[in-house]
Amino acid sequence: MEVIDIIKPENQVFNKTCLMTDTTLSYCPGCGHGVAHNLAMEVIDELGIVEDTIGVAPVGCSVLAYDFMNVDITQAAHGRAPALATAISRTWPDKYVFTYQGDGDLAAIGTAETIHACNRGENIVIIFVNNGIYGMTGGQMAPTTLPGMSTSTSPYGRDIETMGMPLKITELIANLPGTYYVTRQAVHTHKHVRKAKKAIKTAFENTRLKKGLSFIEIVSNCNSGWKMNPNDSNVWMEENMFPYFPLGDIKVKGKLKQ
Amino acid sequence: MSELRLMKGNEALAEAAIRAGADAYFGYPITPQSEVIEYLMTERPEERTGMVVLQAESEVAAINMVYGAASTGKRAMTSSSSPGVSLKLEGVSYLAGAELPAVIVNVMRGGPGLGTIQPSQADYFQAVKGGGHGDYKLYVLAPASVQEMSDFVSDAFDIAFKYRAPVLILSDGLIGQMMEKVVLKDQKDRMPDEEIIKRYGSWATTGKKGRERNIVTSLDLIPEKMEARVHRLMKKYEQMEREDLRYEMIQCEDAEYLFVAYGSSSRIAQKAVQLAREKGIKVGLLRPITLFPFPKQQLLVLAHQVKGILSVELSTGQMVEDVRLAVKGRVPVKHYGRTGGSIHTPEEVLEALEQKIISDGSN
Repeated sequence: MEVIDIIKPENQVFNKTCLMTDTTLSYCPGCGHGVAHNLAMEVIDELGIVEDTIGVAPVGCSVLAYDFMNVDITQAAHGRAPALATAISRTWPDKYVFTYQGDGDLAAIGTAETIHACNRGENIVIIFVNNGIYGMTGGQMAPTTLPGMSTSTSPYGRDIETMGMPLKITELIANLPGTYYVTRQAVHTHKHVRKAKKAIKTAFENTRLKKGLSFIEIVSNCNSGWKMNPNDSNVWMEENMFPYFPLGDIKVKGKLKQ
Repeated sequence: MSELRLMKGNEALAEAAIRAGADAYFGYPITPQSEVIEYLMTERPEERTGMVVLQAESEVAAINMVYGAASTGKRAMTSSSSPGVSLKLEGVSYLAGAELPAVIVNVMRGGPGLGTIQPSQADYFQAVKGGGHGDYKLYVLAPASVQEMSDFVSDAFDIAFKYRAPVLILSDGLIGQMMEKVVLKDQKDRMPDEEIIKRYGSWATTGKKGRERNIVTSLDLIPEKMEARVHRLMKKYEQMEREDLRYEMIQCEDAEYLFVAYGSSSRIAQKAVQLAREKGIKVGLLRPITLFPFPKQQLLVLAHQVKGILSVELSTGQMVEDVRLAVKGRVPVKHYGRTGGSIHTPEEVLEALEQKIISDGSN
């Protein structure tokens, strides 16, 4: 059988969601951002809510998220996405409002906006991709950079005596009464992808039910910033990132998991 | 119904925001403008019109909330005082770059730094020359009375939506805190969501329904595209200069000398005009109502008529630079003003005119 004979609608096993554009991703090969984008768009597509969805893009590697996500998006200043999302959700209470942010954006420059949006329990979804480094600006130390990890601004490794430990902002906001659903996921294997997608779906369903704030951290790799090949970076992530940032639900239906 | 009330400037501005049909106010307390958010919180505008009022965690968050709401076509505003406005400038620059309509209010106090809580006009440069980063300007309205604190809110929203650009109401602690009678405008309806989607569907991020997706951003990584964006902004500013310049001339017909003053200082200068004329000195007052656009042409015409100009500001001299640029060296231009929260009296202004302009040998 020729290949051309196989390519038929009845043989199709996967369909790219129309909510991902055909624009070539600007992410490095092997980066988790593309998968995380795709999951968010698949969920919005499957829930049939695109007409009522408004996204807020960050500053960082995903600053151009709007080039790839085929939904209405406002691009925010560095760290301010939760403030924008707050206002959009308050003035359009029946819309699905989500932010998509990295670790520098959400856990450093935007810490105040993150904590207060969470504390107010805004009816929004926050998707937080944590790869422990500033990718866009060329691999500088992030609030989530692991102890001893070398970056361009911690060339001798993160010194916790002077820079403190990596910020577990997800645990921090989970302890605020305003958050309803807080979970930490990954997207480097098909098993993790399925779990992460389920978490994102739960988050958007929470918005529909006006349950308040859903927060999904995705621990991801940055093979370019970490200066590894994609496979090695995923192994390194499992061995080093996951012990400090353990995967799983942290808060479900407003209750902390013990 | 329009009604006559005795109100503080800050309260009149807050009431006017509700009546202008604003969709949202996001603020943070700072003296001398806290009455704005206090009044709004007390009035329960969410019950009167459905307007959202939220106390943000910071000035930075407040302006970015405005940015968020504005990006969806909502009428959103914020207010603050000088140190707080410095914090907001990041967001203001983004609003200008992303071409979003919004209203920002600065009830100025003395600076720099934490400065003082007393009135000042030392943020003129910040307001008129951009303030935040990048090539942009703000349309700047300068109220000189409690009545104008009320009237300028709906004017500001009209201009903001006409140009899809941020508009600044540059007031000060004197206008914000003093009480005067004010005729409040009738209540305007808030625009229904369907109408917002219909009217601003070409750009606002209201959800992709029956159209391609909308993107609101100030980012253009291709230099030619960014240059084109900046030129598009500049065209708006040129149009503002042609179509929306506002100023007031008081007793300028026979004037031999001229005060130029805006906001609270124009009220003081107006009294100084009266005192001068009682002494037989023919003085007029040009009051710029918009600081950008600036009444350059009107000043140049007056420069052919008067012997000298005194720019009167509650600062060490900021607007005076624009006055000098406008009159192109035709007549002497001097500055007079108290600063750091001190307020000049009409007598001091008249004395400055006599010493700096009238008895100056160069005339």
